[in-house]
Amino acid sequence: MNQPIAKAGHGPVLGVETSCDETGVAVFDPARGLLAHTLYSQIRMHADYGGVVPELASRDHVRKLMPLVRETLARAGLGVADLGGVAYTAGPGLVGALLVGATAARALAWSLGLPAIGVHHMEGHLLAPLLEADPPEPPFVALLVSGGHSMLIEVAGIGRYTLLGDTLDDAAGEAFDKTAKLMGLPYPGGPALARLAEQGRPGVFRFARPMTDRPGLDFSFSGLKTQVLLAWQHSDRAEQTRADVARAFEEAIVETLAIKCRRALAQTGARRLVIAGGVGANRRLRAELAEAGAREGFSVHFPRLEFCTDNGAMIALAGALRLAVGQHETPEIRVRPRWDLASLPPVA
Amino acid sequence: MNLLALETATESCSVALLAGERLFARSELAPRRHAELLLPMCEEVLAEAGLARRGLDAIAVGCGPGAFTGVRLAISAAQGIAFALGIPVVPVSSLAALALQAPDGDVPILAVVDARMGEIYAGWFRRGADGLVEPLGAETVGPAADVPLATHAACHVVGSGWSTYHEVLRSRLGVEPAWAEGDRYPQAVDVARLALPRVGEGVAPEHALPVYLRDKVALTLDEQRRNR
Repeated sequence: MNQPIAKAGHGPVLGVETSCDETGVAVFDPARGLLAHTLYSQIRMHADYGGVVPELASRDHVRKLMPLVRETLARAGLGVADLGGVAYTAGPGLVGALLVGATAARALAWSLGLPAIGVHHMEGHLLAPLLEADPPEPPFVALLVSGGHSMLIEVAGIGRYTLLGDTLDDAAGEAFDKTAKLMGLPYPGGPALARLAEQGRPGVFRFARPMTDRPGLDFSFSGLKTQVLLAWQHSDRAEQTRADVARAFEEAIVETLAIKCRRALAQTGARRLVIAGGVGANRRLRAELAEAGAREGFSVHFPRLEFCTDNGAMIALAGALRLAVGQHETPEIRVRPRWDLASLPPVA
Repeated sequence: MNLLALETATESCSVALLAGERLFARSELAPRRHAELLLPMCEEVLAEAGLARRGLDAIAVGCGPGAFTGVRLAISAAQGIAFALGIPVVPVSSLAALALQAPDGDVPILAVVDARMGEIYAGWFRRGADGLVEPLGAETVGPAADVPLATHAACHVVGSGWSTYHEVLRSRLGVEPAWAEGDRYPQAVDVARLALPRVGEGVAPEHALPVYLRDKVALTLDEQRRNR
């Protein structure tokens, strides 16, 4: 279920992810690939509050992290003495949540005299497809779509990233969640909205494809949310109508993302498209892009569903790639709640 | 016994190393710089003692109450170190460590830390026969003006809560403290002293957890609706 990486300069890397509401731990071995990964999602706790409460997220990470580290090492059949390095998400994300994982991971590495590396969360997502059997070689274009991000990024090489387009307001996943809330679905409504859309009939409603009528690779999804609300409020609000609205909303988002992906490929001349982030789990998006790729001659790479959302495996992998070329941190524990992806040092 | 202690619950960031009979310590008043200072400070005391990290037998940690992020920093670091080295963690109250700074004597000690939002963390302690302190009742958090607070015929008061709320606290206590210092913060050396006789009660890293006292930090959707 995994891919070794070419430059295997050291032993297995422990990866720790705590940037938001999921505690993820994994061990990636540069020579043998992914050995084990575990995840704890806090989503049910935050649902009672209607969204992620940062202080509660930090508190839960402190409780869950060490048991997960213990379990992950046991599943990998390793002891701490077998590790060759430690990677942790250093940003972007919630500062308190980031600090829990960064501190525990940095201190663990320090105690053993192991190299440690703070990983950019988005780089983790970008490189998650490299955990799969047929990993895409750079250069490629990546669409990063989650609850916090909607970005198109040109990946010239590992660590060489150029932002091609970004959202001007809501992220795609945020648009899903907010629209779901407007239509009375409980938090986090995005996935529920997507399930509902599968029951919807095509062509009953139609919403605009925002910002596709002009050049450029930026997104804007907040207006779409308003259109959906108006359509829903002026409808008969029957169950089938709700599904029909959901269907039209999902089609608008997916087609907008697909149009911009094709534009980004044309603009950069890349022939490979990587989809990453939680919205990358959306079935319609996967089907639409796979079809477009087959029609227009570009390959499309998705991480498996569990590596679309936040996880420790992508952090362990990204960390292993950077540790392999000698990059590492000093003992100062540093997190970067805001962190420009383009400012990362290149790896290859 | 080689015991490394960490304390970052308040504005002060400190570490201490008890290596046999010898004591090594670092402490700095450095709000918002605790994360970058903590491990380099540990490195310095170990180097000064000529001790390898693997030579540590236990980690002592001030587990709060205090600033949430600060408390988690020391706890997370203690967890990481203890897990890596396979050694126990001895959690110690940061208020108890603060109380240890009061002068010797058979006078009850009130340790008070400014908890922001008009509140204090407070705990009463008394000197034990061993020269350390033991709690007189449970630690609390609440508004300085009406947090439940025992009174004693005489007392010592220590901690930032005194700096911010000395007027209110004077009237609450009903006596003028025989000794009071507001400009004091819990220190790792005192965490180490309190932990030393309790190393046998040390816990696995996943069981060393923060003590926040303030547990209501957000309103659920139901509570938000009821408040409307």
